[in-house]
Amino acid sequence: MAHLLTWIVLLPLAGFVINGLAGNRLGNRFVTIVGCGLPIVAFGLAVECFLDLMAGGGRTPLVTPVFTWAAIGDRTLDVAFYFDRLSAVMTLIITGVGSLIHVYSTGYMKEDKSYARYFAYLNLFLFFMLLLVLGRSLLVLFVGWEGVGLASYLLIGFWFEDPEKARAGKKAFVTNRIGDAGFLLGMFALFYALGTLDMDTINAAFMSGPAPVVSASVVGILLFIGATGKSAQIPLHVWLPDAMAGPTPVSALIHAATMVTAGVYLVARMSGIYMHAEFASHVIAVIGVATAFFAATIAVVQTDIKKVLAYSTISQLGLMFLAAGVGAYGVAIFHVYTHAFFKACLFLGAGSVIHALGGEQDIRKMGGLAKRIPVTFVTFAVATAAIAGIPPLAGFFSKDEILWFAFASSMGGSPVLWAVAAATALMTAFYMFRLLWLTFFGASRMDHEVEHHVHESPVSMTGVLAVLAVLSAVGGFLSIPHFLEPLLPLPAIPAHLHHFEMPLLVVSVVIALAGLAGAAFFFGDGAKRAARVRAHAEGLHTVLSGKYFVDEFYERLLGRPLVWISDRVFLRLGDRMLIDGALDGTARLAQRGAGVLSRIQSGNLHRYLLFVLAGSAACLLWSVTRG
Amino acid sequence: MDKLQLLMLLALALFSVGLLGVVIRRNLLVMLMCMELMLNAANLSLVTLARQTDTTAGAVLVFLVFVVAAAEIAIAIPIVLLLVRRRHTLDVDAYADLKG
Repeated sequence: MAHLLTWIVLLPLAGFVINGLAGNRLGNRFVTIVGCGLPIVAFGLAVECFLDLMAGGGRTPLVTPVFTWAAIGDRTLDVAFYFDRLSAVMTLIITGVGSLIHVYSTGYMKEDKSYARYFAYLNLFLFFMLLLVLGRSLLVLFVGWEGVGLASYLLIGFWFEDPEKARAGKKAFVTNRIGDAGFLLGMFALFYALGTLDMDTINAAFMSGPAPVVSASVVGILLFIGATGKSAQIPLHVWLPDAMAGPTPVSALIHAATMVTAGVYLVARMSGIYMHAEFASHVIAVIGVATAFFAATIAVVQTDIKKVLAYSTISQLGLMFLAAGVGAYGVAIFHVYTHAFFKACLFLGAGSVIHALGGEQDIRKMGGLAKRIPVTFVTFAVATAAIAGIPPLAGFFSKDEILWFAFASSMGGSPVLWAVAAATALMTAFYMFRLLWLTFFGASRMDHEVEHHVHESPVSMTGVLAVLAVLSAVGGFLSIPHFLEPLLPLPAIPAHLHHFEMPLLVVSVVIALAGLAGAAFFFGDGAKRAARVRAHAEGLHTVLSGKYFVDEFYERLLGRPLVWISDRVFLRLGDRMLIDGALDGTARLAQRGAGVLSRIQSGNLHRYLLFVLAGSAACLLWSVTRG
Repeated sequence: MDKLQLLMLLALALFSVGLLGVVIRRNLLVMLMCMELMLNAANLSLVTLARQTDTTAGAVLVFLVFVVAAAEIAIAIPIVLLLVRRRHTLDVDAYADLKG
């Protein structure tokens, strides 16, 4: 039965190959069947594997060795699939939410001329993502890691005729490369120290026995650098907002629900290292909470519906890393799981809004849509309440647990972390309800032409929205941290902090409601109060809507010096002067030398004979004088 | 001066005449004839020295030279004929097309 794991991975690959090679010729109906059918089958197989796993008690992972990739001396690099509780949660999210988004895409991308290419890329992404979460070895994980980067690049730049979108794809790819360098170094260090890249073996080596020759913190930080790239954490967060250039279902699948959580998965998977790397864990917690806070402040002033959601995603990812940084890996995965539902629902809802408005993304030109597209509105509202942390929706449970462990964990929890995270939660509730308000309530600010064409999306889209909204509502009742506890034990809570639990829970709820009330207060009544606040704090608004000018700062710090060095040193000095100069010089030398020598070749037979004669005479003379 | 020395001198004279002919004459056919002259001078010296040392190797080599000479002339004469057909002259200076 364990062979099912291989099939889960291979089915989307088959979809990619079929749709990629023949999709254009076989028609959209065929592409739809292959492109959606295979992921759904993969989801079914994942459920089957999950039942198998639980039938065996859930403590012994399913392992499927596939082949030996390379043997270096007596060390081998094996490709094997590994299915334990953590992989199970991730695989079910990826295939489940992935399949839903595939179905949604059939409606959203219906009119696109590159329908087959779109589904081929989407299936390719699923293949690599499943490789990432099912691989037993860090090497297989890395192949998946790079592969999802590739798929992300292809899909961000899906409408590559627009240079702006192609550039966004490049930016995502290059930024990820920086993180990947750290990841690779971490892998080298682990292979050097332990001679294996199997993650369960590495965890076991760090958990028990004599300390490996490599410091857990060094490896931990290096791997986390990789995670900051993929999961858009400070300082490598700049690519994710630009990645919204891709089709909206892509933003939902790759840049919200699955790929960007790969960094969190990596940290949770390598928890054996991080449990013994206090410093690395602190770094993760601080980076996570800082990212969460700053991204949330930016999201408050964004006016593009997808940009708000993009910064919200960065912010939520920061909260996940905060949880991982204080040792609550199961809670981080819990938030990955709930976030996948409500953020996918929000992005797809945004896609439905954009679809209804014929491509309009600016929330200043929306408003009053609640009655026009009711299904989208209701699902969007449920998901908004979920991400804001209104009980008893999914986001409430996971966010509350993150806040609780940030406060009380014995592995680096502190009131400061809690305070920043709580402020983030407040802003999250505020900007999400602001988004809801500006989009769906109040008077319409749409152009007349656009308003005339507003229509509810087809059932393939609204159906998916409804499913995701239900999951966002009830998903939190499934306690993932408890489910993962045999694998990822939760950190201990010091005894004197236990009596804080209930008050903090109440504070979380109050925060969520305060965000809602704040948004209603500032943005109700035609957003007059918000405009007044803005007028008083124009400078702050400029900084926030300029995204703290991080892009501009990177441009000054890295972009321009790089262009200068590339132009002056590499192009003019290196390429044109040294390489071209050396080649041209050699060629010119040969040409001139040939010009001189060609004078000997006069075409005159008698002169040649004279040369022969002279040569022979010289030879004779030489042989005589030498004896 | 015995007979062998005389023969060697004759060979030297023949070779010199041939070489001189090749170098100074311009007529292609004459040049070819002079080359044959040089080959036969070499043959004469081979036979003479074979006789002097009382061995047969030199005599055998002569046959090889005959063959080479025959082959050479068999190729050279058609080439000359083709050249002449094209330019209507036997003057070797007319054929300087390979000037560098």
